[in-house]
Formats: sequence, C-alpha cells, structure tokens
Amino acid sequence: MAQKNPKDLILDIKDLVIHYETDDGTVEAVNGIDIQLEYGKTLGLVGETGSGKTTTALSVLRLVPDPPGVIKNGSIFLDGKDIMNLPQKELEAVRGHLASMIFQDPMTSLNPVFTVGDQISEVIALHENCSKAEADQKAGDMLEVVGIPRERFGEYPHQFSGGMKQRVVIAMALACNPKLLLADEPTTALDVTIQAQVLETMKGLREKYGSAMIMITHDLGIIAEVCDEVSVVYAGQIVEHGTLVDVFNHTRHPYTEGLFGSLPNIEIKRNRLSPIPGLMPDPTDLPKGCCFAPRCKYATPECEKARPGKKWLSDTHYVRCSRYDEPNFKIEREDQ
Amino acid sequence: MSRYVLKRLVMLIPVLIGVTFLVYFIISLSPGDTAAMLAGEDADAATIEALRHELGLDQPVIVQYAKYMLNLLQGDMGNSYKTGRPVTNMIVSCFPNTAKLAFWSILVAVGIALPIGVISATKQYSMFDNVGMVVALIGVATPNFWLGLMMIILFSLNLGWLPSGGNKGWSSYIMPAITLGTGDAALITRMTRSSMLEVIRADYIRTARAKGVPENKVVYQHALRNALIPVVTAIGLQFGSLLGGATLTETVFAWPGIGRSTVDSIKTKDTTQVLGNIVVLTITFSCVNLLVDILYAFIDPRIKAQYKK
Amino acid sequence: MAATKAAPKKRSQFEEVWRRLKKNKMAMIGLAIVVFLVLLAVFADFLFDYEQVVIKQNTAIRLQGPSAEHWFGTDEFGRDILARLVHGGRISLVVGVIAVAIALVLGGTLGAISGFFGGKVDMLISRAMDILLAVPSLLLSITIVSALGPSIINLMIAIAVSSVPGYARIVRSSVMTVRDNEFVEAAKAIGANDAQIIASHILPNCLAPIIVQVSLKVASAILSTSGLSFLGLGVKAPTPEWGSMLSGGRAYLRNAPHLTVFPGLCIMLTILSMNLLGDGLRDALDPKLKQ
Repeated sequence: MAQKNPKDLILDIKDLVIHYETDDGTVEAVNGIDIQLEYGKTLGLVGETGSGKTTTALSVLRLVPDPPGVIKNGSIFLDGKDIMNLPQKELEAVRGHLASMIFQDPMTSLNPVFTVGDQISEVIALHENCSKAEADQKAGDMLEVVGIPRERFGEYPHQFSGGMKQRVVIAMALACNPKLLLADEPTTALDVTIQAQVLETMKGLREKYGSAMIMITHDLGIIAEVCDEVSVVYAGQIVEHGTLVDVFNHTRHPYTEGLFGSLPNIEIKRNRLSPIPGLMPDPTDLPKGCCFAPRCKYATPECEKARPGKKWLSDTHYVRCSRYDEPNFKIEREDQ
Repeated sequence: MSRYVLKRLVMLIPVLIGVTFLVYFIISLSPGDTAAMLAGEDADAATIEALRHELGLDQPVIVQYAKYMLNLLQGDMGNSYKTGRPVTNMIVSCFPNTAKLAFWSILVAVGIALPIGVISATKQYSMFDNVGMVVALIGVATPNFWLGLMMIILFSLNLGWLPSGGNKGWSSYIMPAITLGTGDAALITRMTRSSMLEVIRADYIRTARAKGVPENKVVYQHALRNALIPVVTAIGLQFGSLLGGATLTETVFAWPGIGRSTVDSIKTKDTTQVLGNIVVLTITFSCVNLLVDILYAFIDPRIKAQYKK
Repeated sequence: MAATKAAPKKRSQFEEVWRRLKKNKMAMIGLAIVVFLVLLAVFADFLFDYEQVVIKQNTAIRLQGPSAEHWFGTDEFGRDILARLVHGGRISLVVGVIAVAIALVLGGTLGAISGFFGGKVDMLISRAMDILLAVPSLLLSITIVSALGPSIINLMIAIAVSSVPGYARIVRSSVMTVRDNEFVEAAKAIGANDAQIIASHILPNCLAPIIVQVSLKVASAILSTSGLSFLGLGVKAPTPEWGSMLSGGRAYLRNAPHLTVFPGLCIMLTILSMNLLGDGLRDALDPKLKQ
C-alpha cells in the first residue's frame, strides 16, 4: 500500500467512529472510516441512504449534532489543522472559509427571514477583512458567477425556485474560495433537468477555484462525471476504495458489484436489473462480522465471524472482504 | 403594506359591530327591570313606564343597539345609571391605569421570558433548562389573583415594604406588574423555548454554522428571528388580554383600572357603565391583535409577501 | 441522517400512545395527581359529611390555624378547611368537565359543519367565531354571568361559550385536512351521507388534537371558575368553592393567611397536574411534535 504524503493532504481522516446515542438505542453511524484526500482532488462517497456519508462530511466541520451524535474515536486533520481538538473560535474560522458545505435540500437550507444577498455577504464579511459594502459587492459577483442576476440580491429565499436556491447555496459555499468543498447530494432534491445544470456549474467553479471536493451521492453517474477517487460506503464503513478506474473498471467488492448491478445500462443489454437482495442492517444492531454478509451471495460462514480488514489490491485500491484471503476468489463482474 | 393595513382596518369594522352587538345583546338579557330599579322602590307603574320609554328600553334590542351605536360613534356612551355622569368619564380616568399596568407587566413578562426561553432551548436538558421549565410549569398553573394575595401577605402585611392596594405612585406598580408579568412570563417562556428548539434544528441553522457564523450570532440572529414569529403572537395576545382581562388582579390590588371598574359596575347593576367598559376593552383587544398581525410582516418576509397580494 | 430504523412491532394506536405516555415521568406524575383528585371528589361524601362538617358553622373554633384535628385549620365560620377543599374540588371538577363538554359539543359541531361544507356556511361560522374570539375570554365569561346571574349552571354556560371558538377552529382545520383524503371519497362513493361521514370517518381522525385540547382546557375552565367565584360571580356561599373560599379569606389575610394559602395551592396543584398530563398526551399522541 502507498501512504500519501501528509503534506499533500487537504483532508486526513483516520479511523473515525461516530454514534448517535438515543433513548431507543445507539445508532452506529460511522464505524472506522479513513479518508486521505489530496489538494484539488475530488473524492466520491457513494452508498445508500443511512450509510453514514452525511455524518462523515458533517464531522469534518464538527457539525454532527451533539446530542445525540458522539464522535467516539478517530482523528480529522484539515489542511494540517487538528479539527477534533480545535477551539470553538478557530473552528468557526475554518467553517465556510477553509472548508464549506453544500447541503442536500436547498428548500430548507436558506434562512427564510434574510435576503439571499445578505446570506452570501455574511460569509464573506465573516472571513475576509472587508467592509459591509465590499462584502455586498462580492456577494453580488458570486450571484452572477452561479448564474443569478445581481438584481436579485435583495430578494428572499421564498422568491426563488429550488434550483436557484441551490445555486445560492453553492455561491455561499464558494464565496471564500474554500480549499475543500463538501457537497452532500447537492442535486438529489432537484428536477433532473436542473440537476445537470447545477452539476455543470459546480464542476466549472471547482476547476476555476481549484478546490478539493468530497461529493456525496448515491448516483454512480455523478461519481463517474466528477470524481478522481471513489469510496464505497456501507453501514458506516468504506468497503472499497480506489481511483475511479479501480472501482469502476476493476470492481472487487460484492457490494460495489451489487450497486452496478442495480443500474440500468443502455450499452449492455440485459433483460432485468439485478438489485441487491435484502435491506441495510439495523444501525442500532449491526452484525458482528462483515455487515454486508447477510445480503452477499459470496458469503461463507467465516464472513459472519469478524469484520474484514483492509485488503490492498494495488497502491491505490483496497477492499474490505475476507474472501480475498482465498487466492482464487473472484466476483462475477468482469473487469471493463 | 399600507394597503394591507387599510384592508385589515376595514375588516375590523364588521368584527367590532358584531362584538358590540354580542355584548349589548348579552347584557340586555340581564334579569331585573332596569327602569324599575332606576325609578326607585316607591315609584308607581306609570313613572316606571315613562322612564322606560325615555330610556328607549321599550323598543326591540336591535333598535336600542342601533341608537347606542349611533351615539357611540359620536363618543357618547350614555350616562352611568349609578352616578348619572357620562360613562366615558369613568373610562377616561380608568383606562390609563390599566394601560400603564399592562405595559409594565408585559415588560416584566418579556424581560423574564425571552432570555430564559432562549437559554433553556440552547442548553436543552441542562440543569438550567430543567429548573426553568419546572418553574414555568408552576407559573402557568398559579392563579395570578392568588399570587397577588400571597405577595400582599408577604410584602405588605408582614414586611410592610409595599402598599397593598390602590395607585399611590411607582411602588404601587411593583406587585401588580409582577403578579401579571410572571404569569405571562411562564407562558411566553414555554413558547419561546419550544419555538427555539424547533428552529435550532432547522437546516438553515446548520447552514449558518457551516458558514462559520459564531454560535451566539447563530442563536440571536439566525434562530431567534425565526423563532420569534409565534412568540410575538403570544406576547400580543397576552398584552391584549392584559388590557382586557386584568380584572382579577386589579380587584386584588384595588387597582383603579377599567377591569375593577367593570366588576364594581356589575355588582351595582350599572349596566351602561359595564357595557361601555366592555365595548372599549374589546375594541382595544381587537386593535392590539391587528397590530400583532402587522408586526409579523416585519419579522417574516414570507408573510409580508402574502400581505402584498 | 443515518438512522433507518427497523419497523417497530405493530401495536394498536392506544397501546402505542400509552407506552409513550408511560415513559414520560412528568405526565405520569400529572396523571397520578389527577386520579387522586378525582378519587377525592368522588368519595368526598365518605370523607367529610356535607351538612355536618362542610356547611355547619361553629364559631367557637373560627380562624384556627392548622392542627392535628383540622389539618388545614378552620375558616371564619369555624368550618374545617380541608373538608371544604375536598368538596370544593368536586365542584371545580364538575364545572370544569361539564363546561368543556358543552364547549366541545357546540364547538365541535360548528367546526365540523364549517370544515366539511366549506363555502358560505364556513364563512358565516368562521366570522361568528372571530367575533367571539375578539372578546377576551374571561371578560366574555364575566359578561355572561353578570347578565344571567351567578349560579353554577350559568357559570358553566359562561365558561363554555367563551371556549367554543377554540374547539371550532381545531375541529374545522382537522376536518379540512381529513376531508379530501381518499377514504372519505371512498365513503362517499359507497353512498354514505354527510352526517355518517363526519361521525364515522372524520371525527375519529381529529381525535388527537381534541384530546390534548380537552385536557388543557379543563384546567383553564377550573381556573376561570375559581376566578369568577373570586369576583363573586360564581358559586354562592355557603357552597364550598376554591375561588369563593379565597375571596372569603381576603378579609383575614393578616391574621389567618391559611384561609387563602390552601385553596390557592389546591387550584395550583390541579392545574399543574392537568397541564402535565396534557403536555404528555400531546407528546404521546404526536411524537413528531415532541422536543
């Protein structure tokens, strides 16, 4: 395995464990996630709803709601800063400046009682040493950058459509040229036609500003379009990680295979999709062994005994699957 | 905006007509013969009949009401049956006392409720929150006329610090304002807390935090302004009912306000005075409610947008 | 967020509500006190004889402080305060419950008609309710009692009328949200008439907010009862009522404060317990509202 040079990393997360402790039990949301992301690169986090992707992203800004969320273990270094041990004041300086986040639902993520212009201008005024007028000026620029006329600065969120609101959120996130952008399913809540537009805007801006990005999605198409590396998340663990080519063309984990199997593909003619049988395990009661084993067609009784560790297949590609301890094990999906 | 206010003022007219009619009608149901009572015990039937005719009491209620309203529009509410002087005299001398007391009470209420409500919400389940909420629960359950009596026992009769009744300057305001204010404070605290709790979990609050907005600004600018919307209603309604319903506390503290005047007038069967007082209080109450509605628009642009339509 | 929960075991709605209510300590304390007060009211006659203990004057022992014989002391006519409080509780509860029942039936019917038919009927009823709401409720009650004359029945009517609009609004809005549901369409399609639909489909569906409102409103009705009696507009002496006991004690604030302390505590305890129960019911019936 190749360790990346820590100096090149915008984000270095090691063995992150996050639980939500509620009256009805402990939800094991994140169970030992590692992320090493280099400056300017894009990592895709792909997985089903409830697999712990959002919680991971929130933890980078220490925004996991507490209570009930508790970070049980792990370290997070953002641009060399120890996020886990950063005082509140410095944390506030990081948020929106060094790293910022785009949320899933644009309908609810803007404050209804402030104008969109003021909401963008606020983040600029907070992090850049400038007057209110300059901040307003720059906020207006940002609106234009995301394709909204400057004249709409003084309007309120309820006067905007969903797609426009998401552009405002993007403008807000990019206003201070963050080195890392956390995009949490930024297009899921939008109409299909708007999705492509918003995604294009994001791609263009990311290239323009050279930000690194974590793109959270359950849409493999988006991953293929924007990401350099991919981590496949299942039940709070990364089950397969590699470059885009590693994961897409040399798929190794049965779950990743299952994800591809449930996609319609116009190139390969198949009679029917092959969805993954069963459901995600109850996060308050995860299996002792491999969490995917109960749904895995390759599972052996061995799989249910212990959580599989990382198995490095190349310098860039690892998989958590104990079947690869057998020299001849292969999944059905062919390398492409 | 001004068109909306105008529209609301116009809409207030039928409500006021309805309300005054309702009150007039209910009071006209009063048992006993007003004319006979006014004429005195020795009056003969003819005198009573003449008086009845003079007062217009032999006409149908609706006609009596129409006449009353015509006079009311000219600022004439008739004469008190008891004193013979214009009803408006009493109202003019009592209403400022009620209004001043209401003002100080709501100030006490808001001064206590907003900080406690906000801190309780931001520190949910903390010691402060738990104690605060138990006190608020007890506060809501405490009848304020009884609280007034307890304060009189302690501060007037035992300690002798404060006057037990009447309006003898600023020290007279303390106990009634605290009595009324704490009761309302309990209610507004609970409302502020639950409204804050709802807002503080909202996505846009998370967005504000993600922008790096300092926590106290998140709470006092981003959250509070949203959370205030239902709280302002509560405050407005409380203020309205203080203007109209401080009857019990005014009675306890012998406060020369319009509420006590109403109760006294009921006891002496001074119907015109009762009617006049209630009409004035009801109109005030309706106007305060209208003001609250207008105030909304300044807090919530979505409501303002609706008003413009 | 991350929590996708396994579907909970199916229970009847009642069991589910009860399970959630049981977990709420404050609500259970409230429920316990309410049950205790109701039991006291029901068995008041077994505890203290009305004619001999509650009404009969005995000036030899007037204005005595709390003692082993008279736990809460005696009043200005030498009557046992505890006994009067227990019998007073019966009056408060009866007035509160009946007033709320009247208001519920009137308000519920108006609200159901208004919400179900909409249009002009709705307009008319809603405007009428606006007018009732435009009078502060205590003032409306005072006006009604002063017009009808003080008596227990008039007290109930006065309190009921002033809380009619509250119920009308709740039922109206619940009915309007339920009205357009498919099961109502289905009932219409199989030929049920309007009254049947309202009674068997719509009302059960707006039960939750009504139950909550009732538990909170009984408390405020009790408060209004004592307030009106305190003003001399409610229950007349010598009938024991908490508000009129307070009023009677006012003349003896300096020398016999226990005359006013205990009735007030009774009112407070009653309201507190009902509010605790009401809050708990609200949370249990609608977990979404829970904080």
